[in-house]
Amino acid sequence: MFGLPRKLVVDSAELQRRFYALAREHHPDFHQAAPAEERARIEATSALVNAAYRTLRDPIARVEYLVRLEEGRETKEGDIDKPKAPPALLQEMFEIQEALAEARSEAAKGALDETTRATLAEQRESLRARLKDEETRLAGPLSARWDSAAPAERPAILAAFKEALATRAYLRTVSADLTETLGGDTEAFGRAIEGRHGSAEAPRTRGGMGGHIGAPHQ
Amino acid sequence: MSSRIIGIDLGTTNSLVAYVDEATGLPRVIPDADGRPLLPSVVAFTPDGIVVGEPARRQLARRPADTVYSVKRLMGRGFEDVKDEARYLPFRILAGEGLVRLAVGGREVTPPEVSAVVLKALKERAERHFGESVEKAVVTVPAYFNDAQRQATKDAGRIAGLDVVRIVNEPTAASLAYGLHRLSEGVVAVYDLGGGTFDVSILRVKDGVFEVLATNGDTHLGGDDFDRVLALWLLEDIAARHHTELDRDCVDLARDPEAMQELRLAAEAAKIRLSSEERTTLTLPFAGFTYRREMTRADLERLVEPLVGRTLGPCRRALADAGLSAADIDEVVLVGGSTRVPLVRRRVQELFGKTPHSQLNPDEVVALGAAVQAHILAGGITNMLLLDVTPLSLGIESLGGIVNVLIPRNTTIPTSAREMFTTSADGQTLVDLHVLQGERELAKDCRSLGRFELRIDPMPAGMPKIEVTFLIDANGILQVQAKEQRSDKAASIEVKPTYGLNEAEVGRMIEDSFTYAEADVETRMLIEARNEADTVLVHAGRALKQGAHLVDVAERAAIETAVAALRAARSGDDRDRIHEATTAVNRATEHLAEVLMDAALKGALGSRRATEILGER
Repeated sequence: MFGLPRKLVVDSAELQRRFYALAREHHPDFHQAAPAEERARIEATSALVNAAYRTLRDPIARVEYLVRLEEGRETKEGDIDKPKAPPALLQEMFEIQEALAEARSEAAKGALDETTRATLAEQRESLRARLKDEETRLAGPLSARWDSAAPAERPAILAAFKEALATRAYLRTVSADLTETLGGDTEAFGRAIEGRHGSAEAPRTRGGMGGHIGAPHQ
Repeated sequence: MSSRIIGIDLGTTNSLVAYVDEATGLPRVIPDADGRPLLPSVVAFTPDGIVVGEPARRQLARRPADTVYSVKRLMGRGFEDVKDEARYLPFRILAGEGLVRLAVGGREVTPPEVSAVVLKALKERAERHFGESVEKAVVTVPAYFNDAQRQATKDAGRIAGLDVVRIVNEPTAASLAYGLHRLSEGVVAVYDLGGGTFDVSILRVKDGVFEVLATNGDTHLGGDDFDRVLALWLLEDIAARHHTELDRDCVDLARDPEAMQELRLAAEAAKIRLSSEERTTLTLPFAGFTYRREMTRADLERLVEPLVGRTLGPCRRALADAGLSAADIDEVVLVGGSTRVPLVRRRVQELFGKTPHSQLNPDEVVALGAAVQAHILAGGITNMLLLDVTPLSLGIESLGGIVNVLIPRNTTIPTSAREMFTTSADGQTLVDLHVLQGERELAKDCRSLGRFELRIDPMPAGMPKIEVTFLIDANGILQVQAKEQRSDKAASIEVKPTYGLNEAEVGRMIEDSFTYAEADVETRMLIEARNEADTVLVHAGRALKQGAHLVDVAERAAIETAVAALRAARSGDDRDRIHEATTAVNRATEHLAEVLMDAALKGALGSRRATEILGER
């Protein structure tokens, strides 16, 4: 759509320039006089251009999108080969979650004692640092490796992507849980850093409607 | 020209209408007949009919129960949302489900109907200016308005007979107005503190594209709150200093709506004076005593400091969402009357570390921007493009009352998202979707926008494949489409807005608004202008008859021309023209009046008094 090569490392200034050009071409503002049907079509195109730019400008979203493309999935869900985080990480996250649950029941009785608080805060800082490292690795060296890889090497890199994405999802979820228990700096950081969106454990069932069978990407 | 689109700033305190002047390419505000650009957003429901604007504002203290102000704070809201605030409002808000209803002037009205009266007055102001009917408008709303509040604004337009072709966010509109000449390329923060709402938007301006990166705000924070804390402080001070008189007369000012409204207006006036002066004196006459006190700017700042502080959190959140820090901001723009308060300016400057722009009148800049967007839509400007975002995340309630986000906040609009659904019971024909907007995880903490009921053909459980599409259009308003893929049949959707009007209600309101159109104050003001013209014509005619021999031919001709012009204007509907022509006749007869006065004094006209001939000037 943007006329750029299908690479993970993208020239963001060029991407933005092309996005502005496409946005101009397809924005409903410039097609007010068109018949209703035509306007609806332009609005849909405009929505598509916006969604594409949103995905492509973010290096992590680019990787997620690539994994889906490579697996021939249109949807975010429904992959047979579930992404797995390293078992060591799972074990560690499980332990933190347990400590958290304990801290919460303690907090429910009274105030959280200072030692527990300090330990949890320390853990959060460490998780945040690892999250940042993981994201840098995904967007940087791993993405660059994909771009220069021979077709035979790609499945291995794809697996690395999936593991890194899963690791990131766990780090984000647990880090957000810590923030929730600790309270505090949510205002400054908010969900921009530790969003509940994009969590690997997103709820998949819904009330009154039966299950939903997957959410296709736009 | 039926394609003309006007720009309207429908404000909490004041509203304005503007257009882009084809000759200069610049946006201009259309003033009223007396040259006032602002129309107070006040509507009075009187026994003689509906009064809007300045005349309505003047009777705020006289008829507090029937005069509605700051109705924008009630748009798209339910009783539960506003009941705390309702304690401070002198007009009655009815308890009930769904959107807020007011009981004023012996009738029941909704906020969109009240706003429609304001919009209609602006529409008529524009029509008089252009001398033709105007049907389309761009109307601005706070960026942080949710779907229901936007929809309510659109409904108000329809009730007023206006096709609202675009809803534009106020801070973005302001950036368009500045963008015409004053902004260079870069990242801009727009800080918009109005009468009732606060918004902050972070934009990137590049190649004529105004791309909003993030927006945040508080739809219940503004100058009204400043006035309220000040009024409550005054109330305490009055109680402390005058308790003897109050006790003697058994007066409880807090329960007297007229006194409270006087207090609020005095507080507002003092706040305004303290923006330019260091100290001011308040004088408030009450029955039995007069309250006087001196107040300093420091007093005011102490009172409003916590409110100003509340604007800083949204600024930081917007920066975080845009992935930027304060140092990345190239320019800061101030919008809204409340940014005249020096404390607000100081805090904004401290936060962003930049001297903010305020060259354009903060009361007018949003309307000017709305006019620019209107001109873009009309095809008059092709090199500017606004890319705005949806301010709040949009999702669906899922099992356990958790919100499943489909479209996250700060997504560029238009945007769409698709989800697939199926049924859980055999033969199910009805699927219920609960749409929510907000940033909280639980549905009960988010704003309920509405319920969508999909009707489908009966099939075994799990068989239907229902594709639901959410589309947020360029107005930031949600549209829902659904299709059952197996039968390829569009599922019929019934929308049940939680805090909105349905189609039938809007239709009825459009009809109602025509039935009371005759009582419109604008019409009455036209009649008043004609009456004044008649009076002046009579006096001018009489003066000419009496004193024609006292002035020269040229002067006589000038008077006759002015009189003829006034007669022509009087037969038309343009109140501005009638006013102008009336003033012209007055001016043309000034000298003749003096001559006649002299003559009268000299007794040349016998015992007849000059004023009898000239009329009371």
